[in-house]
Amino acid sequence: MTPTITKIAEDLAAGRCSSRELVDDALARIAAQAPLNAFVTVDPEAARRDADAADRARRAGAGGVLAGVPIAHKDIFCTAGVKTTCGSRMLADFVPPYDATVVGKMKAAGCVMVGKTNMDEFAMGSSNETSYFGPVRNPWDRDRVPGGSSGGSAAAVAARLVPAATGTDTGGSIRQPAALCGITGLKPSYGRVSRYGLIAFASSLDQAGPMAQTAEDCAHLLSAMAGFDERDATSLDVPVPDYAAGLGKDLKGLRIGVVKEHFAEGVEPGVLDALREALREYERLGARLVDVSLPNSAHAVPCYYVLAPAEASSNLARYDGVRYGFRAPDYQDLEDMYKKTRSQGFGPEVKRRIMIGTYALSAGYYDAYYVKALKLRRLIADDFARAFTQCDVLAGPASPSTAFALGAKNTDPVSMYLNDIFTIPVNLAGLPALSLPAGFAGGLPVGLQLIGRYLDEARLLNVAHRFQQATDWHARVPAGL
Amino acid sequence: MPHGLTSLNAEDIEKVAHLARLGLSGPERDAYAQDLSRILDLVSQMNAVPTDGVEPMTHPDEAGLRLRDDAVGNEIDRDRLLAVAPKTRDGLYLVPKVIE
Repeated sequence: MTPTITKIAEDLAAGRCSSRELVDDALARIAAQAPLNAFVTVDPEAARRDADAADRARRAGAGGVLAGVPIAHKDIFCTAGVKTTCGSRMLADFVPPYDATVVGKMKAAGCVMVGKTNMDEFAMGSSNETSYFGPVRNPWDRDRVPGGSSGGSAAAVAARLVPAATGTDTGGSIRQPAALCGITGLKPSYGRVSRYGLIAFASSLDQAGPMAQTAEDCAHLLSAMAGFDERDATSLDVPVPDYAAGLGKDLKGLRIGVVKEHFAEGVEPGVLDALREALREYERLGARLVDVSLPNSAHAVPCYYVLAPAEASSNLARYDGVRYGFRAPDYQDLEDMYKKTRSQGFGPEVKRRIMIGTYALSAGYYDAYYVKALKLRRLIADDFARAFTQCDVLAGPASPSTAFALGAKNTDPVSMYLNDIFTIPVNLAGLPALSLPAGFAGGLPVGLQLIGRYLDEARLLNVAHRFQQATDWHARVPAGL
Repeated sequence: MPHGLTSLNAEDIEKVAHLARLGLSGPERDAYAQDLSRILDLVSQMNAVPTDGVEPMTHPDEAGLRLRDDAVGNEIDRDRLLAVAPKTRDGLYLVPKVIE
């Protein structure tokens, strides 16, 4: 069984295994679990070459904790020379000429990329069913969705194909699949991790982060991913802590804000039971529970479904069949080429969101939709600021339900959108948040969402780590691997 | 937003699709009219919240919008960029004729 990064690093350092062995093992697992459809691209040759290089570097005395560790990247990160599809026909054959900053940084830390993971098309979806390459299956129940949009990364880590993968989170796309697949996933503060080379969906909300078995592993990964990047105009120029070194602090006196609106009707009873038990565990660890309210978070989904599509309609205007990506084979003139290229290259959910965004930004509706949503965004962010005067972290469900059945919600966009009711407010405010395994309901994993103050990732990771030292939910694995 | 805007018909969809340069078939227009009307119904719940005098928030406050120096930085050369284009000739992108 694939161990954690922490364990792998010990084994590599002690010479008990080589990166080449780990990579060969990962490639064999990926091949054996091909029906999960977690990967779009696997690159065995490059992975073996990089693993051998990592082993040579280690023998020469170089390399940190991530050196030689096999990882996967969500197929939204540009990888030089390796196909990057974003789950879309539009980019089905796109081979980027450069690496995303996250990819370059993880390479520099010695991580060995074994492949690119499946995802909802352009990260628009909560079930991985909008991918041009077909849905990903949840390793806990293969008739159920893994969540989305980083569903391939979540399934790959849950099925122990790789110890870690990257994800991106615009409205919950790291945390919701992490919850539904029973792994740990962190969305950092907006600006913490560079967006350069990350194919844009909604630029004021997009943020990249780690997905792994434990908070400790996420801490190692975040230290490698985070940091200032001149090539991202909203990148923060602040020092990156050694997140793993900060783990292990006592939770005595920690104030956990229990969000009233998140423990309410609309959340599955089994999910609520598991989360209440998790909160009792935190009390045993010395934390104090405080009731808090986020009154405007109820309007976060409507607000998000103006802002995210508005930004997407602008970002996705670049796919015109001229500079890169798909071009329709037959057309009459330039406009016809644009229209046919975009109609054939984008799937239905992407078109839906482009049209919503176009409508909301069009003359006569701009103030009623776009500006109204920006004002609500302010109110939602202010709620968090108020709550954090009473507590240190906020706790609640990452998703109102456990993994749902494939096909159960993909015919009704609105019911799909409502899945992200607890994750979306966090993106609107730009705060860091993670989901960690907190139990099971009906045999399926339940995720506890912890939300932190701006740039307070270190505390979030420690709070999650202490829970994982006291429980073993994160160590459970699906049957039949 | 005023009432009645949240019900879109096939003609409205055609206008929006044209603005977004999307070509839709007749049945697609009807389906999107239904979907988009439902989504706009959801969105119209925003009206329940008074927002007079609230400052619009375009991105998280803590993240600055930094300007960089206006300096040349050709990190990727022309041939490598053109190599990913659907059609090129003599170092240029090829598109259908736009000027007669």
